[in-house]
Amino acid sequence: MNINELEKVATQVRRDIIRMVHGCQSGHPGGSLGATDIVTALFFDQMNIDPASFRMDGNGEDMFFLSNGHISPMLYSIMARRGYFPVSELATFRRLGTRLQGHPTPMEGLPGIRIASGSLGQGLSVACGAAQAKKLNGDKHLVFVLMGDGEQEEGQIWEAAMYAPAKGVDNLVAIIDYNKKQIDGSTDDVLNLGDLRAKYEAFGWNVIEVSGNNMQAVVNTLKFARDNAFQGKPQLILAHTVMGKGVDFMENNHKWHGSAPNDEQAASALSQLQETLGDY
Amino acid sequence: MDFTIQNQKDTRSGFGEGLLEAGRRNPKVVAFCADLTPSVKMGDFAKEFPERFFQTGIAEANMIDMAAGMALSGFVPFTGTFAAFSTGRVYDQIRQCVAYSNKNVKIAASHAGVTLGEDGATHQILEDIALMKVLPNMTVIVPCDFNQTKNATLAAAEYEGPVYLRFGRPKVPNFTPVDEKFVIGKAQLLQEGTDVTIFACGHLVWKAVQALPILKEMGINAELINIHTIKPLDVEAVLKSVSKTRCVVTAEEHQRNGGLGDSIAQVLALHQPCPMEMVAVNDVFGQSGTPDELLQFFHLDTPDIVEAVKKVVARKQ
Repeated sequence: MNINELEKVATQVRRDIIRMVHGCQSGHPGGSLGATDIVTALFFDQMNIDPASFRMDGNGEDMFFLSNGHISPMLYSIMARRGYFPVSELATFRRLGTRLQGHPTPMEGLPGIRIASGSLGQGLSVACGAAQAKKLNGDKHLVFVLMGDGEQEEGQIWEAAMYAPAKGVDNLVAIIDYNKKQIDGSTDDVLNLGDLRAKYEAFGWNVIEVSGNNMQAVVNTLKFARDNAFQGKPQLILAHTVMGKGVDFMENNHKWHGSAPNDEQAASALSQLQETLGDY
Repeated sequence: MDFTIQNQKDTRSGFGEGLLEAGRRNPKVVAFCADLTPSVKMGDFAKEFPERFFQTGIAEANMIDMAAGMALSGFVPFTGTFAAFSTGRVYDQIRQCVAYSNKNVKIAASHAGVTLGEDGATHQILEDIALMKVLPNMTVIVPCDFNQTKNATLAAAEYEGPVYLRFGRPKVPNFTPVDEKFVIGKAQLLQEGTDVTIFACGHLVWKAVQALPILKEMGINAELINIHTIKPLDVEAVLKSVSKTRCVVTAEEHQRNGGLGDSIAQVLALHQPCPMEMVAVNDVFGQSGTPDELLQFFHLDTPDIVEAVKKVVARKQ
């Protein structure tokens, strides 16, 4: 898919996010909007996947794990738009009986979700295990995992960060949605993350930095990571993003981590995001 | 049941042999260990299948979630560490990625209970059955001796779904048949009786076996049932026995809160209320000592089971 088409998808995904969160008056729009470009590029361009016949085992295809499960509206929209399940189902987000639970889970049978996430710090470990399984199977596909930056405060992240380079898990690409915001404020204020690049490099990762809301840059970086796989080291993409990207009053404001827009705010947000693929 | 002691062996070695055999039978069986390979008896598996053995270092949370990730692709991962670090330390990981996600991970937990001995309370977990049995999708197995632990390990490897497999450190009498097929969820009737039912699990099954002749001399004809699967509980077997004996003693190396006794009490309260006594640790932590000293100290020994039976039989009359 060319950059222009990817950007159109991302814009529609952002509309979906606003409408989903507004519709049920709950959810996490800020991080969802910021991570949209990366995950759109993965699902619509960079990953080898087969949405029409989803298989839990992921054998013979690339796999994606969302560790920061609270940005589920972004993932649900992208998966629906990519063909994992009907786009109309986005209207059920967070409603009783839905397959689109507040945080992603395989328990309700939603195609595309392989493991639950929401309790932070676990996705990198899961991805490590899935990547090791691919190695055992001789499966030359990649495992991608997206994490939040606030999530880097969880100790388990560093257990996995130590494991992957030590054991040569070089079919693993981890991405940090580095928007420098978390619920209580900026990551600098809540618990300074320090130099994430230096920290991962010290653990033995190949670290690549990218402007995470620039679609061309994101695609180039993901391609670069693909080309550098299977060379002994896991890779970390430090994606500099903007929380709330695409909606002016949400951008760079941690207050939009986990609150829903009211009717007026939703209308304002949607006026900034042109409908490109048709609303659900 | 023939109660002849074949030898003295630790249940953890039963797990080790079972894991090796499971690995030979199924190339999809893999194992993870967090720096306790000899203690948990995973060494033989690691030696024979080095490519299927994953040393995670002292990082249990990463180990559990890696196992869940690997289970996705059709592998059958066993994780191995002490019971304390297999449950409490990684509860959230088990809850989200194993139980809620319903992944085919087998949590092999060694050194459970006070019989871990001298290391003391930090390592002697007495709450693990409680923690695991409240999780939806989780199967909880507590085998009683070496042979049964080996057979339970093989059964767990064949079963599809999350399993918590609890075993221990000390050498104990090995008396169940060598190749007895382990049926998950099926209680094991060890001795038929009419006056009282003793439901026991783990190391306390043998302690209950030793109580049988003592009780017989007192004129008490006790039925002994090994509840090796705490969850799913064999409710039918429990009710069948109790409808005959009309009083119950439970015996376990675990807290009274949340253990085997709790599970049996729930069945009785709902279906067939009757007098009941519990041999268990009652709301205190363990401490250092030898396994035998600790079983006596915490009233988990044969005389304690005998006393509980006398008490409950008297309550029935």
